[in-house]
Amino acid sequence: MSHLLEVRNIETYYGATIAIRGVSFDVTEGQIVAVLGANGAGKTTVLKTVSGLMDPQKGSVTFEGHDIQKLDPDRVVRMGISLVPEGRELFPFLSVRENLQLGAYTRRNHAETISDLEQVFDYFPSLKSRASRPAGMLSGGEQQMVAIGRALMARPKVILLDEPSLGLSPKLVKEIFEIIVRINRDSGTTIVLVEQNANVALQVAHYGYVLEMGRIVMADSAQALLEKDDVREFYLGIKDKGVRGVRRWKKRKTWR
Amino acid sequence: MDMFFQLVINGLAVGCIYGLVALGFVLIYKAGEVVNFAQGELMMLGAFVAFTLIVDFNLNYWLGLALAVLAMAAFGWLLDSVVVRRIIGQPQFSTVMLTIGLGVMMRSGVSIVWGPETRSLSTPFDQMVFQVSGVMISPIYLSILITTVVLCAILALFFRFTRIGLAMQAASQNQLAAYCLGIRVKRVLSSVWALSAGVATIAGVLLAPISLIDVNMGAIGLKAFAAAVIGGFGSITGALLGGVLIGLIELFSAVYLPEGFKNVAAYVVLLAVLVVRPQGLFGTVGRKKV
Repeated sequence: MSHLLEVRNIETYYGATIAIRGVSFDVTEGQIVAVLGANGAGKTTVLKTVSGLMDPQKGSVTFEGHDIQKLDPDRVVRMGISLVPEGRELFPFLSVRENLQLGAYTRRNHAETISDLEQVFDYFPSLKSRASRPAGMLSGGEQQMVAIGRALMARPKVILLDEPSLGLSPKLVKEIFEIIVRINRDSGTTIVLVEQNANVALQVAHYGYVLEMGRIVMADSAQALLEKDDVREFYLGIKDKGVRGVRRWKKRKTWR
Repeated sequence: MDMFFQLVINGLAVGCIYGLVALGFVLIYKAGEVVNFAQGELMMLGAFVAFTLIVDFNLNYWLGLALAVLAMAAFGWLLDSVVVRRIIGQPQFSTVMLTIGLGVMMRSGVSIVWGPETRSLSTPFDQMVFQVSGVMISPIYLSILITTVVLCAILALFFRFTRIGLAMQAASQNQLAAYCLGIRVKRVLSSVWALSAGVATIAGVLLAPISLIDVNMGAIGLKAFAAAVIGGFGSITGALLGGVLIGLIELFSAVYLPEGFKNVAAYVVLLAVLVVRPQGLFGTVGRKKV
């Protein structure tokens, strides 16, 4: 069965340093796919490679049957993959509305853009009253909303979300993730979610990959991942009690 | 008193020229973090191109000006896409050397093609003189003021309401994000160079009746640079006001201060501003996020 997005054995380097060492994964249309991993596991690099900000040395990225691994990011966006970069990356001196409008830069149909802007304000009502404020003046949570909204304005087939929970309060994280689910459910937009916060990510995702040291070490449905011992121990922080009620050993990961 | 008003008007006009060239500095710097030290030479080249079109080819003044602006815009575009692009990512100093080198090349190129003589360009409004309550206003100076104001208004609207204008702002504020949204950042940067070369050409043609067209007229690029720094290097309003400030101070010091002050006035102001307000008049103290 062919998938919407297929990543095969990509290897990406920062100069001489290898960041991902042969990662392969599939994204099925209409699903939310979570990519989990600790600091420096290579999560962001995977998204950068898919979105075209970085080119892989080896391997291929196939989207709807086309190879896109060598394309520049602006081409990738035009094909229907939008990245919400880590740390929001808004245009701080432009207003919220202008930020959102720039999201639709690749589209020419003005009427559609206006109705999409309404749609975004519908997802994120709190942005509407701040539409003419410079985006740099918003709070972190609102900025994240603008970033997601801006990506939605391109009407992408796939949204790549890089750490949407970064620096947000638990309440805001919950809000943002509820909206992610809503976007996925309402419009059938496929979502690739890169997260350190494994718990929230697996709650909303259909499928999950665990990335470690630039390699995929586990792949399963989100439900199954939530129940795996290793994931529980190392990503969810749930420790099983030993037989005597105290743990005196250090657990090792089974994939090592 | 008449003398005072005369000086104000002339100072404003000269200042506008500085401001327009400074604007070119700021546009290019904001968009691509490149300081283009050849900005003055772009102005000089633009003036020569306009001169050739208007005098040698006998075109209508306005048509010649328009064609010169277009030609120089194309030149600016090529300069970025063929030459400057290659050095992005190298240390800042190499871009400085590159643009200074480009300036030298343009100067020599012009003296090879056009020869070293100075030329004067007559404008359609040369002969008129307005007299407002005893103050003689030369239309040349007036034309500079009006053109600058109109040009600034057009630019302001352009940046706010056009697709490419917004894209330019976006690319200057966050290149990565601009790229992620499908903005062709390289193309946008080249168009900023084109815009900046076009503005420089207009400045050159405006300056022509005052200072004659000469291979070394690009030297005012240095004063314009001072104007841009005074304005905060990164603020368009700042660049224009910095230019006007320098123009006024220069003309006043020529009259009221001992001889020789005219030429250093710009830099004295620059030093004073840097001591008192290092970020420039309109600059913001911004930390660079890593």
